[in-house]
Amino acid sequence: MSDSIQQMNDLNEEDRKRLELAGLEPDMKNRSGSFFQKDQEICQIASDCQGIEVLGFADALSRYPWVSDYIWRAVAKDKDKYTRYIAKQNDPKGFVIIARKGSRTIYPIQACLFLSDSPVQHVHNIIIAEEGAELHVISGCTSASAKKSGSHIGVTEIYIGKKARVTSTMIHNWGENISVFPRSATIIEEEGIFLSNYVCMQPVRMIQMSPIAHLNGKGAVARFSSIVVGTEKSMMDLGSVAVLNAPGASAELLTRAITTGGTIISRGRVDGRVTGTKAHIECKGLILRDGIIHAIPEIRGEVVDTELSHEAAVGKIAKEEIEYLMARGLSEETATATIIRGFLDVKVDGLPQALQQQIDAAIDAAEKSGF
Amino acid sequence: MLQVQDLHVEVGGKEILHGVNLTINSGETHVLMGPNGSGKSTFLMALMGFEMYRITRGRILFFGNDVTSLSVNERASMGFGLMFQRPPTIAGLKLGKLLEVIQGDTKTNSQDIITSASKSMNMEDFLNRDINHGFSGGEIKRSEILQMIIQDPLFIMLDEPESGVDLENIHLMGISIAQILEKQKPIVNRKKSGLIITHTGYILDYLDVDKGHVLIDGEFKCHGNPREILKLVKKRGYNECLRCKKIE
Repeated sequence: MSDSIQQMNDLNEEDRKRLELAGLEPDMKNRSGSFFQKDQEICQIASDCQGIEVLGFADALSRYPWVSDYIWRAVAKDKDKYTRYIAKQNDPKGFVIIARKGSRTIYPIQACLFLSDSPVQHVHNIIIAEEGAELHVISGCTSASAKKSGSHIGVTEIYIGKKARVTSTMIHNWGENISVFPRSATIIEEEGIFLSNYVCMQPVRMIQMSPIAHLNGKGAVARFSSIVVGTEKSMMDLGSVAVLNAPGASAELLTRAITTGGTIISRGRVDGRVTGTKAHIECKGLILRDGIIHAIPEIRGEVVDTELSHEAAVGKIAKEEIEYLMARGLSEETATATIIRGFLDVKVDGLPQALQQQIDAAIDAAEKSGF
Repeated sequence: MLQVQDLHVEVGGKEILHGVNLTINSGETHVLMGPNGSGKSTFLMALMGFEMYRITRGRILFFGNDVTSLSVNERASMGFGLMFQRPPTIAGLKLGKLLEVIQGDTKTNSQDIITSASKSMNMEDFLNRDINHGFSGGEIKRSEILQMIIQDPLFIMLDEPESGVDLENIHLMGISIAQILEKQKPIVNRKKSGLIITHTGYILDYLDVDKGHVLIDGEFKCHGNPREILKLVKKRGYNECLRCKKIE
């Protein structure tokens, strides 16, 4: 076992559990590579998949100067105060994952960003999937159990080449005093596919993010799926944006939101800029205890022959559904949990089984804590 | 098995059943007939214990125990089962998952039981689908029967099992219901009892039924041989029951 992996194992039991809940496998079982950053210290970098490299941000730049062409290309440096904060860092941390032409991961690469002692953790991540590459990344972001307050600020830029396929599964497991401001954007070339899954079912003070996908190549596909639970006092301002810039491009933005007392703003926006494009936004919300679910779907069509649609619904579990299951012998509590479980069960086509299991495990954990 | 005594049921503040009495012994199957809106479904829903169907007077005894104030799942656990006429769609809940939850961890070969029951109801391709979502009339009924097979209740209520079902499916439904009700066994060895709402009587081609009851305006107007009642109703309509009033 390397020293770096030892560092993950050296964490206390509770923090190790928190990492696992965020999808991290300390022993790298079912993983093709790993990146572990604690505060501003990169503790572990590993890749055992041919054609796929996992590097620290600075190392990537010194080894491959061409990587600088990808920095601040998808995300504007002066987009907001958080991007400006990242841009002014002298020693930016974060990971760079490069999947060479035609390479393929069977198991996902895991990236763990762990906020432990610093007041602020900042990262700048770059993912490059060259032509025909297939890359699966699971990012687990979590904070130490003893962490009383702190912020995580991150910029992630993803570049998906012609016929490349990237799935990005992000599981957030922060604490109730942690604020999180990720800024990310993806550029998708011809027939590239981007599947983004976001899961956050644990308390957080504030999350604010709205990743953007620029579908620039013909037939590019983007699908955002978000499964979120807003616990009491949590403020989640979440969105996703798809800009359809090429014929045949399509996007789907899917959200399942449950509040048990917190506030969830679910934004979605699709822009149909050229003909032969289509996109759909779907947001379903369930209010289990008084809280706020505010769905704001936006669709903007600019040309003939772009098909854009949205549907949003916020409500409670129907009594007749609960009673239907009770008539099968389930108690009211089990019936309710079974229905909620189904509500959150968004199966993502093309997602490796290991990642789907991770999402299911996060739902299991939330279910056990009684939502 | 089941004794219903002077049952009065209100829905939305309006009394629908005005003092219904019924006894079903172990191993017996009864059919419930009556015009639309007569209170047949209300009767089944009240027996199952749904909150909307408020029992204002009378009681329900199951093997001698008063279950009138028990919740739906408590009655289900005691052996009540209901095949819904129009079950709700539950987004995201897979039929297969529900069958697993219904079965619980009590049986070791639970997956085999689910697989073989699904096969017998031609529902194998539906296990991974959201329950009742986009199901046809026949598929909904087959799904309901499949759930009954897994739940394995002692007293099975079936709300119009033939409605919306094509002829081929009626055959499958008929033989499956006969099996659930243990019709292959002699009555003395049978543990299952049934109460079936039917308009057409097609189901009677597949299983022997012990008694028929006609419910009109929330009251029983006739008890007797179900085939005879059906024949009469087909010929002269339910008005004949009002005139005849053959109450035992």
